Amino acid sequence: MSKPVTRIPATNALMTNKRRDFMSYVWGFGLALILTLVPFALVQWQATTRGSLLIIIAVLAMVQTVVHFRFFLHLGRKRKREDLLLVLFSTSLLIIMVAGTIWIMANLAERMTPI
Amino acid sequence: MSWSTTLNHPLGLLDADSFPFLAMLGSDDSDIFINGLLGSFAAALVVISVMVVVALLTRYRAWRTLWFDWLTSADHKKIGIMYVVLALVMLVRAIAEAVLMRAQGAVGLDGGFLSSDHFAQLFSTHGTIMIFFMAMPFLTGLINYVVPLQIGARDVAFPILNSISLWLTVAGAALVMTSLVVGVFSTGGWFGYPPYTGTLYNPGVGVDYWIWSLTLASLGSTLTGINIAVTIYKKRAPGMKLYYMPLFTWTALCTAIMMIFAMPPLTVVTLQLALDRYLDFHFFTNGLGGNQMNFLNMFWLFGHPEVYILILPAFGVYSEIFSTFSGKVLFGYKSLVWATMSIAFLSFLVWLHHFFTMGQSGHINAVFGIASMLIGIPTGVKIYDWMWTMLRGRVRFSVPMIYSLAFIFLFVIGGITGIMLANPILDYQVHNTVFLVAHFHNMAVPGVLFGMLAGYTFWFPKAFGFRLDERWGRISAYCWIFGWMGAFFPLYILGLMGLPRRSVAYEQASYVPLEIVAFVGALLVAAALMALVIQLWVSIKHREENRVFVGDPWDGRSLEWATSAPPPEYNFPVVPSINDRDAFTAAKEFGVGYQEPDTYVNIEIPQNSAMGPVFGGTSFLLAFGLVWQIWWLVILTGLVTIGTLVVRGFQRDTLKIIPAETVCRAHRHWIQAARSAQPIKRSQEHTAANKGRAALETVEVST
Amino acid sequence: MISELFKRVEFYLDARQNKEIFIYPGLNLGAEHSNVHTQAEATVFGFWVFLMSDAIIFGMAFATYATLLQGTAGSPGPRELYHLGPIFIETLLLLTSSFTFGMASIAMKYKHPTSHLVGWLLVTLVLGVIFLGMELDDFRTMFAAGGLPTQSGFLSGFFGLVPLHGLHVTAGCIWLVCMLGQIAVHGLDSETKLGLLRLALFWHFLDIVWIFIFSVVYLGGLA
Ligand code: HEM
Ligand SMILES: [Cu+2]
Repeated sequence: MSKPVTRIPATNALMTNKRRDFMSYVWGFGLALILTLVPFALVQWQATTRGSLLIIIAVLAMVQTVVHFRFFLHLGRKRKREDLLLVLFSTSLLIIMVAGTIWIMANLAERMTPI
Repeated sequence: MSWSTTLNHPLGLLDADSFPFLAMLGSDDSDIFINGLLGSFAAALVVISVMVVVALLTRYRAWRTLWFDWLTSADHKKIGIMYVVLALVMLVRAIAEAVLMRAQGAVGLDGGFLSSDHFAQLFSTHGTIMIFFMAMPFLTGLINYVVPLQIGARDVAFPILNSISLWLTVAGAALVMTSLVVGVFSTGGWFGYPPYTGTLYNPGVGVDYWIWSLTLASLGSTLTGINIAVTIYKKRAPGMKLYYMPLFTWTALCTAIMMIFAMPPLTVVTLQLALDRYLDFHFFTNGLGGNQMNFLNMFWLFGHPEVYILILPAFGVYSEIFSTFSGKVLFGYKSLVWATMSIAFLSFLVWLHHFFTMGQSGHINAVFGIASMLIGIPTGVKIYDWMWTMLRGRVRFSVPMIYSLAFIFLFVIGGITGIMLANPILDYQVHNTVFLVAHFHNMAVPGVLFGMLAGYTFWFPKAFGFRLDERWGRISAYCWIFGWMGAFFPLYILGLMGLPRRSVAYEQASYVPLEIVAFVGALLVAAALMALVIQLWVSIKHREENRVFVGDPWDGRSLEWATSAPPPEYNFPVVPSINDRDAFTAAKEFGVGYQEPDTYVNIEIPQNSAMGPVFGGTSFLLAFGLVWQIWWLVILTGLVTIGTLVVRGFQRDTLKIIPAETVCRAHRHWIQAARSAQPIKRSQEHTAANKGRAALETVEVST
Repeated sequence: MISELFKRVEFYLDARQNKEIFIYPGLNLGAEHSNVHTQAEATVFGFWVFLMSDAIIFGMAFATYATLLQGTAGSPGPRELYHLGPIFIETLLLLTSSFTFGMASIAMKYKHPTSHLVGWLLVTLVLGVIFLGMELDDFRTMFAAGGLPTQSGFLSGFFGLVPLHGLHVTAGCIWLVCMLGQIAVHGLDSETKLGLLRLALFWHFLDIVWIFIFSVVYLGGLA
């Protein structure tokens, strides 16, 4: 069994690591805050049409998801590729299942609507 | 029935009428009486079997052994064996029901002897059991037993979780069995479509039995999937690249991944149906904005991947068998791997072919129809690979090979009818007829079940240290094969003649001859099952002359054959180092198959734990409480279940250590046996000379 | 091109060959415990896999909600039942709790005094409990306005989805209490650390699910 090598970092490196980790959460928190505030505000004051609101909400939600994964769950940092792959794979299946469901059910609903 | 009605009853809905036996006595209707008699007979069988087992255990003072060596074991090998035992027990019940249904079919012109309700229970339990409590435990058992050995691991990644998964599955199976004795089972088929399964049409407990047994099974399978996937991903022996893994392990990996992603829709859909039934939700009701079509959609989001969860491990078994019993490397290894992965992925894209007739637009049907047909391509690749593997090999027609060859012939037929059904236009014609029944049994029996039985025969000597009787094995295999053909080829024709599936009776006299043929086929299947039992009996009786302690009776190619039979608890005294495919064959060719390591070390393995059985017990009672709405029981067992988890979190030191000396002693004993055993040629492998040491017989392979 | 792609995939699949770069940060179990480390890696990875399975469960609940959106059957719909104010506060609570859990993770990873760790965990717990309280209050308001799950398909979809997240948060809170207990009993041994690491993943994951709940259900419903 090959022994995993733990690099024992120098104290300096430890400090920078710690700072980097800390900043990761701070950035995540800040970005997420903005990405939350904007859509809430837009909806609260009904800033534009429903259609564009929905698109904006969707896009911001996607971005915020990426932010959370990146800054809170530390996904995609070099060391943990396998998690990233796992999440991407799962997301693709999730999209297939959810989008497929909505496609099929919407089509059925449309065909069953009395004219 | 809504929850509030039972709040004040300590036994919920349970009363004397819940026992079919008592209900039968109280009735003067002869129809009810006959069906009641059949039901009571089955119930009596269950009760008597349980009593006999209990008596035997007590008589032989085996309770301690059972508890400490088996039930609480965290050893993947024992857990695997228990899964297979469960599968075989449930197989017996489900086959008995199948024969009963075929008997009804044979006399079903304008009547027959079964009431429609009873018939509906039969196909519902048969389908539910075959899928969730026969096929799933069987493949899970084989995977559990074989995969860690094949990848050179000491155990799975999460041994206790493994035990919990087992016991959740057992609890689900026990719930189905209980429904024979207390109450009734669902009549809604194995996929239980609402609104028929809603409270409006089905107020009784049958559907609830179905819901909770499936929920337990699906939770168990999800956890198994996680466990197996992580095991294969993280626990391989050093040097074993993914492309060095045996094909069975590859299929196990794909199946595990599919379990992880395909079981959740089932869990969701059964729980939503439960909410409809217990709390008056409107997910699937006809009125108030419910939408039952979403049930179909979500059920098959699970259901289609599920059928590939079932078949992939069987493909893996066949791959191992074709190569071992041809004495050749597997042809087109990489293409087999990629075909397996494509099948696994594609199987998430085709679920709609189970409801082409639901009413969506033609273009959606077309998309899913084409996607379904695409699966034929990787499957075809596999069939060719297997045939090329046999080409110019030294093929031995032993029992596993007989199953495998029958599989190739019959599966191709099933595949072709599958492609036919993937065409929506054609599907509109034969949807819901027994043509479909013939098609999926074509995949389920010659595909899945033959694979499982072949694997059982193939690996049995590894697990128990002695070979299964070859003669009875052949008898059983031929009975399965011809019995299956007899039982299901007629259904293709009957289906085209218009016989709907799930028909308890029919009015066309022209169906009768073929129905009788099908019944005879089913009888042959029953004979096959008998032969299987006899085989086990005979083999146990003659176990001494069939011992293969050295562990390699078939000239095996992968690592599971590189240790004694049965293997020690820790599988390998030293974790092997891998640098090629077919690792054990390579080792044998280099003459290092039976070597002593330089040093022995202490080995850590997980301790036994009562977590699994306790979890199984409480979740069974929880589910039983839910079925009968015994709310105090639900709350109590719910709390105990959570409590067990919490307590487990606080436990430390869950490993036990096997000292190096013990390992050394056991290993030397084995090496000694291997060196003194006479290496036998392939032609002698079914004789008493086979002590599990295979002679090197290199086949000239021309590629 | 395709073969290049296959190579890539193979490379990643074979990533464990270069095992040393795949050790989880946040765990300082020491080099001498190499098999503890391997096991820890498997445990955390296994938990990721579990989360992905759970994500499919949520995905299905979302899909159901979407298909039932039109099925209000004459009873109150989103506009009558949803209120943005409380949801906004709940969102902030969860987001902040994610941040405070992050602080706890840092305290654990860089071996701050255990009291720091426990402090951050307690803050997280309190935020979680307040969130749950507010959510229950939302449901109560909805009930009062005629928004019961027995009323319509739409409300069934809602109550099949949002409380599912709430139940997860509840489970998270109970788990958190258990972890505090384990810290008290066993100190910060490797099992406790491993537990906290997984709980952190769980907690952040639930926050991601909540993004979709407030976006799809509430903002989408009120837009
Ligand atoms: C060779 C032995 C078997 C026989 C004779 C047999 C017989 C039958 C019969 C008569 C039915 C009812 C058909 C109808 O609806 O008209 C049925 C249904 C079914 N069988 Fe089998 N079966 C066998 C093996 C299996 C196996 C191995 C599996 C699965 C792994 C399986 C899965 C099912 C399922 C899912 C159904 C559908 C139940 C429903 O309608 O909901 N069967 N089988
Ligand atoms: Cu299918």
